Amino acid sequence: MEISDRIITLIINSFWTILKPGLIYTIPITLISFAIGLVIAIAVALIHIANLKVLKGITSFYVWIIRGTPLLVQIFIIFYGLPSAGITLNPLPASIIAFSLNVGAYSSETIRAAILSIHKGQWEAGESLGMTYFQVLRRIIIPQAAKVSIPPLFNSFIGLVKDTSLAANITVAEMFMVTQRIAAKTYEPLILYCEVAFIYLMFCTVLNKIQKSAEMKLSIGQKI
Amino acid sequence: MFEIKNLSKSFGESKILKNIDLVVKPNQTTIIIGPSGSGKTTLLRCINLLEIPNAGTLDLNGEVVSFNGEKVTKKEILKLRKKTGMVFQGFNLFPHKTALGNIIEGPITVLKQSKEKAIKEAMELLKKVGLEDKKDSYPHELSGGQQQRIAIARALGMKPDILLFDEPTSALDPELEIEVLNLIKQLSEENYTIVIVTHKMSFAREVGDNIVFIDKGEIIEQGTYEKLNQSANTRISQFLNAFN
Repeated sequence: MEISDRIITLIINSFWTILKPGLIYTIPITLISFAIGLVIAIAVALIHIANLKVLKGITSFYVWIIRGTPLLVQIFIIFYGLPSAGITLNPLPASIIAFSLNVGAYSSETIRAAILSIHKGQWEAGESLGMTYFQVLRRIIIPQAAKVSIPPLFNSFIGLVKDTSLAANITVAEMFMVTQRIAAKTYEPLILYCEVAFIYLMFCTVLNKIQKSAEMKLSIGQKI
Repeated sequence: MFEIKNLSKSFGESKILKNIDLVVKPNQTTIIIGPSGSGKTTLLRCINLLEIPNAGTLDLNGEVVSFNGEKVTKKEILKLRKKTGMVFQGFNLFPHKTALGNIIEGPITVLKQSKEKAIKEAMELLKKVGLEDKKDSYPHELSGGQQQRIAIARALGMKPDILLFDEPTSALDPELEIEVLNLIKQLSEENYTIVIVTHKMSFAREVGDNIVFIDKGEIIEQGTYEKLNQSANTRISQFLNAFN
């Protein structure tokens, strides 16, 4: 009885201490990085679709590097490596830069594939009305491609929520780092790491729900 | 008047169209027929520049686009496309927009019409194609024949000088085909300037003012159905008889 009482007290006392950095670090880092990453991804995808020669070379190189190296290594290069090159960043911006670049590279392929999946006849129908390339893209292709790309983009989004725990390695006091500290003090790693896992799970569950409703919204007028 | 002069188009090594000369008279229905792979569809696609010809000129009421010298500008392409309405074999309606949304898209985005005006005109077009009650339906909720009639209304919405039809009933079963053919016939009687690529010989005979027979990228013969039927060229009579 005594042991279980102690554990329950530990969970209750630590819950807010762990959740708080989740609310002030994990969620904002995720949202900001995903937003920036999405802008990068759309730009890269459009450069590839429009086949802009020089830019395509640069963006292909970027995607190749990011997808071919570990995220943790990228974070270390930006935070610990760049100061040697005269660029010193605080932990928070360093982690946001790393996550944004990562999401941007992976999601650019998702968005490119979604745009390419739209039938050529849709381009032609828009063009035959006298619409410009960008009008067709914005009004006809993107709305249809958005629906196709929702499930894989949410994959990246959910992946990012969990990847933010890597920021603990560069001293960002996010959920996982705080949990490590408490575990070191209380000698209850099993309980505490399960507790933080549960909080990550809750965050991702909310995202699952958002994904479902986004899919419902975008499926209007289209066969599901 | 729409005039095609010396138009050629190749895909890689293969010459699809060879020095095509054709006059499309206003208020008339021109029908392009010919065997598969003869270049009919390519010719139609060259008229609204979904394919860019390699040589020749297009002259629409004095506005000349030439493919002989410098590359045509995007501006010239868009200008010509605005004046030519295209109806596709596979309809190509926008699946994320309602029937009404499909029709007002061009007038609002390209012609910069106000939404109220575009909707008012679109409703008249829906009435014309007999689908007023389907204005809020999405394409997947419509039959093939209804989709094609909406696609025709969408093309009409741009008030084009010429309406182009690329095998408009090939994707439809015979029952649905008739409603689309009747609509095209109605437009033909209302003196729209129309160019149709089709395999429907009875339809060609009925509505065609000028029937153009193309084979291997060249115009072999043109004129009324009777003229083509009496042609000394056995290739044409064989083709026409195969459908009778």
